[in-house]
Amino acid sequence: MADVKLTVNGRKIAKTVPDRTLLVTLLRDEIGLTGTHVGCDTSQCGACTVHIDGNAVKSCTVLAAQVSGAEVVTIEGLAKGDTLHPMQEAFRTHHGLQCGFCTPGMIMMGVDIVNRHPEGLDEETIRKELEGNICRCTGYHNIVKAIGAAAEEMSSGTTQMAAE
Amino acid sequence: MSAQGIGARVARKEDKRFITGAGQYTDDVYERQMSAAVFVRSPHAHAKITSVDTSAALEMPGVIDVILGQDIQDAGIGNLICGWGIQSKDGTPMKMAPYNVMDPAVVRYVGQPVAMVIAETRAEAVDAAEAVVVEYEEQPALTDFGNYAAGPVVHPGTADDNLICDWQLGDEAATDAAFAGAAHVVEMDIRNNRLIPNAMEPRSAVAHYNRAEDHTTLWTTSQNPHVARLVMSAFYNVAPEHKLRVIAPDVGGGFGSKIYIYPEEIAACYAAKRVGRPVKWTADRTEAFMTDAHGRDHITKAKMAFDADHRIVGFKVDTIANLGAYMSLFSSATPTYLYATLLSGQYNIANIYANVKLVYSHTTPVDAYRGAGRPEATYVVERMMETAARQFGLSPVELRRKNFIKDFPHQTPVLMNYDPSDFHGLMDTALKTIDFDGYPARKAESERRGMLRGIGFSSYIEACGIAPSQAVGSLGAGVGLWESAEIRVNPVGTVEVLTGTHSHGQSHETTFAQIVSDRFGVPIDNVSILHGDTDKVQFGMGTYGSRSGPVGGSAIYKALDKVEAKAKALAAHLMEADAGDIEIENGELKVAGTDKKLAWHEVCLAAYTAHNLPEGMEPGLKETSFYDPSNFTFPAGTFICEVEVDPGTGVTRIVNFVAVDDFGIIINPMVVEGQVHGGLAQGIGQALLEGCVYDDEGQLLTASYMDYAMPRADDLPSFGLDHLEIRNPSNPLGVKGCGEAGAIGAPPAVINAITDAIGTNALEMPATPERVWRAIQSTQTAMAAE
Repeated sequence: MADVKLTVNGRKIAKTVPDRTLLVTLLRDEIGLTGTHVGCDTSQCGACTVHIDGNAVKSCTVLAAQVSGAEVVTIEGLAKGDTLHPMQEAFRTHHGLQCGFCTPGMIMMGVDIVNRHPEGLDEETIRKELEGNICRCTGYHNIVKAIGAAAEEMSSGTTQMAAE
Repeated sequence: MSAQGIGARVARKEDKRFITGAGQYTDDVYERQMSAAVFVRSPHAHAKITSVDTSAALEMPGVIDVILGQDIQDAGIGNLICGWGIQSKDGTPMKMAPYNVMDPAVVRYVGQPVAMVIAETRAEAVDAAEAVVVEYEEQPALTDFGNYAAGPVVHPGTADDNLICDWQLGDEAATDAAFAGAAHVVEMDIRNNRLIPNAMEPRSAVAHYNRAEDHTTLWTTSQNPHVARLVMSAFYNVAPEHKLRVIAPDVGGGFGSKIYIYPEEIAACYAAKRVGRPVKWTADRTEAFMTDAHGRDHITKAKMAFDADHRIVGFKVDTIANLGAYMSLFSSATPTYLYATLLSGQYNIANIYANVKLVYSHTTPVDAYRGAGRPEATYVVERMMETAARQFGLSPVELRRKNFIKDFPHQTPVLMNYDPSDFHGLMDTALKTIDFDGYPARKAESERRGMLRGIGFSSYIEACGIAPSQAVGSLGAGVGLWESAEIRVNPVGTVEVLTGTHSHGQSHETTFAQIVSDRFGVPIDNVSILHGDTDKVQFGMGTYGSRSGPVGGSAIYKALDKVEAKAKALAAHLMEADAGDIEIENGELKVAGTDKKLAWHEVCLAAYTAHNLPEGMEPGLKETSFYDPSNFTFPAGTFICEVEVDPGTGVTRIVNFVAVDDFGIIINPMVVEGQVHGGLAQGIGQALLEGCVYDDEGQLLTASYMDYAMPRADDLPSFGLDHLEIRNPSNPLGVKGCGEAGAIGAPPAVINAITDAIGTNALEMPATPERVWRAIQSTQTAMAAE
């Protein structure tokens, strides 16, 4: 058994779990955060993407014990109260989701893509960056639009904050 | 109409929960004392089970029980059925073999369940499943279904030649006569590749048995929970309908694969009763690849006859359709009544004859997958048209225009009676949208860079809104295909709509609310849509075949008619006016030509206080409708695909894709565009990337995302869409359905474009770089030899 202590969405969590417990299993079965989904078993669909210390990581590929001490943010922790993150807002505005199953992973990855490209994003870059996230409903058309729009919103937000 | 009514591009009501992680999918259901189930599955495509030893597994940590096929048979739980009976051309019924939940004696495809392990946790169940020792006596397997009669036999005694049904449609003698008098005949061998649906949410079931009430609740990933309950009750003997509640909560995509009732959810219900604890089973992705019903898989020989003026005079199609190891729920209808009935396409063809042989093989069962039969028909018709145009030296646009149906309604020789559309108009708009006049310059520019550019067309028609109950009943359907709606107006004027359709990505919570808003002027936030629970919704046939709008939406429309009539009668009474003079505008009921008016919520409240009702009126404001359509609906469109092929590598890039559709009246353009995008991605996926591969022994070689090429974002272009809105006269909303169009129309557009680029007609899907490169080499070899 492994003692795991970590912060999830700002909340301190301490659990004792079998050594082989995956982070996604910890999140879903132990903490009840079911917004992080499992869509495959080869780490390719990206539905389980969360942020670990600010980086997008597939939580089906990480042992819970490996991230002891880390700061994890899941889809449930992205909004500030009732204020949605610009990436969440953009997915809604641009109809970037249909069944919603891949959406949490897409949004978490979208935020990461924007963070890693402060120079801005064009369509080709967004499409390449999404290679680790599969959607079967949208044909990606509106996901690409949503991430592009959120990137602009997030960078104007950053500018605003920097100016303050 | 209101600002949020029919035609308004409003953001979706359901999004908030999905973008914040608050969706509730079946795997998100956690019950107290819940146990986990994992299946032991056959590693062989065909084998006799000689023994199963569960003793070691039962000793493993956390193991609660191990269930075998014999246990389920002994409990009286019956075989799975195909719910659509068809006949061979000699009048004999299709040969439906027994389909056990878990066959105790023989396995007939890789992944077939053999035992079910129940443990405290999923990890423990996985470990114990590996400790179940199954001895198999391997048998040779049939995967080359084109040679089905050569064996081995999948179901001895039922179908010794593996032929389920030798089905036909149309007049063979008249068609042969048309060919005899034809000026030109074009022939093609066409393969429609086998696909694996891959909804992103794997199938899942949570079963809870309440012993005191002898009642089972099943949460499951279903597109049609009432059908699941009906079949599980009437045929499988899981529980009587009033003792079985089926809930399909948020469902993460279906595409047809979640229509069917599978062995796993039946076994889960049995297991929950047997172990006395809730049981959860969730497929992993490899299980999904092995056990979700696959799609397509046709081998076809087609020939088309033309007169001297290139008008089609006859069309003859021979198809072998692989149904896999067992007949899935609607497997008989997909390659027959949903396929051959669309072989007239958008064209005036006087004589059509189709013969379809449905056959068994040692592969996963095959059933409807997005489009279901209609993509296969469209692929045959549209590959044929493009190839014929090339042979005649005509432009593919001209050949199509020469043969387009112009007068409606149009009765085809293959049962369908088309409602109005405008095929020339769709073509015109598509040509304009893609800037067809600029194509030669774009092609020249590609060639300057050493690339091959091609353009391909696809003018599809499909039949949606399945369907008039009497019509489908006469063709063998075991159920009626009407839809129900219930409108509950609350005393404060908010509205609840209960629908028998199911939304698993289709946006019903928004578009159905728009239908209500359009009628009464209430904001969509004051309308809730309830679906997916047999305890809440009276009944329904579910969502597939693009039927939710045309059939489910029309049921809502009809129920709204009744609510409106009652509200107007009550308002007239309260304002001492005639009901015929009441108008509803901006959320108010007004007496026409006067300043008398009542707010919507005032009338609703009056219906519930019942202090002052007209003579004979019952209190309350709640109405129901069961709507049975009068015809299928016929969405149609023209797609144009432009590709660039690298002759050195065979890599194809889609550089331009335009889809112009007629879906009838559009309720929410944003939602409709989203449906088209998704359908196109699946159609392009079929054409370029996706293909299910079995080896000669029946091993599934494409059972993970490492091996099965799902379309990724950088495989696809952005799409150019447009619409013609031609009202459908056969339902009150005027809608035609948009859910499958993209998947139906896209594959021939892509393949026609590639074959145009590389200068050959022969190219199989998926058009992988290797296949395209080989096709280019063979063309060059042929040219060198000339």
